[in-house]
Amino acid sequence: MRESKLWFWHILTAVIILVLLGLHMGIMHLSAILNVLGIGPDDPTKSAEVFHRSQQLFFMITYILLLGAALFHGLYGLRSMLFELSLSKTLEKFIGGLCAVAGFALFVYGSYVAVAVFQLKGV
Amino acid sequence: MGSRMQNRLKNNLGLLGWLSGGRYGAERYAYALHRLSGLGILAYFLMHIFVTGSRVRGPESWESWMAFFSTPLFKIGELLVFLAFAYHAVNGIRLILVEFGYMVGKPGLPSYPYSYSTLRQRPLFVVVMVLAAVLMIIGGADFYHMMK
Repeated sequence: MRESKLWFWHILTAVIILVLLGLHMGIMHLSAILNVLGIGPDDPTKSAEVFHRSQQLFFMITYILLLGAALFHGLYGLRSMLFELSLSKTLEKFIGGLCAVAGFALFVYGSYVAVAVFQLKGV
Repeated sequence: MGSRMQNRLKNNLGLLGWLSGGRYGAERYAYALHRLSGLGILAYFLMHIFVTGSRVRGPESWESWMAFFSTPLFKIGELLVFLAFAYHAVNGIRLILVEFGYMVGKPGLPSYPYSYSTLRQRPLFVVVMVLAAVLMIIGGADFYHMMK
């Protein structure tokens, strides 16, 4: 894929992450403040809360979307930083391939978890 | 050293370039911090994928991980991740705006006193830093409340 297309996806995923991670951070890390305002659970990391969210279609879809966007954005960012270190073309190809394979494997694993937990019964 | 490698190194300061703003000023330090915060978030995120993967094994597995992460050391680490996110997100908005040519002014003939794009986008930079600081204070207050 041409570098300009990868850069476009880097920016597009940044916007997706901004929205979805903003929501995630708000729920997980501003819970004490939101709780004072009467919004949200006491402790969002309690297993009952975690499984309740995980078994809603909205959260399952947004988790997978966020996973894909964050993996692309993060690994492309890492690749760009490494490419600036005057590496040989062979090493650049190896790093690019490694990022692609690792990103894909993590996406498959994370998506499997999101779908499997969504389908868990009796939790 | 071959001429090809010399050409590659000519304009490359490597990691040292991250540490010294030089004539590039505050935005250069913002750039270095953006990368550092990005690397920190990525390291946390890769670990986060495996920790949240424990949900597959049921609530007991999840609770044992949460008990493991309940020590003050990990809580401080979590706060650092939030601070990195707040900075990276807000500074990222600035970078996207600048990338698409917003807030950098229109090109014109150079006339004294000289203006340049970094200077023209400085107000945006200041607003972004203030916004990041506000988010960090809110996040810090939430962690303080949680730790009490």
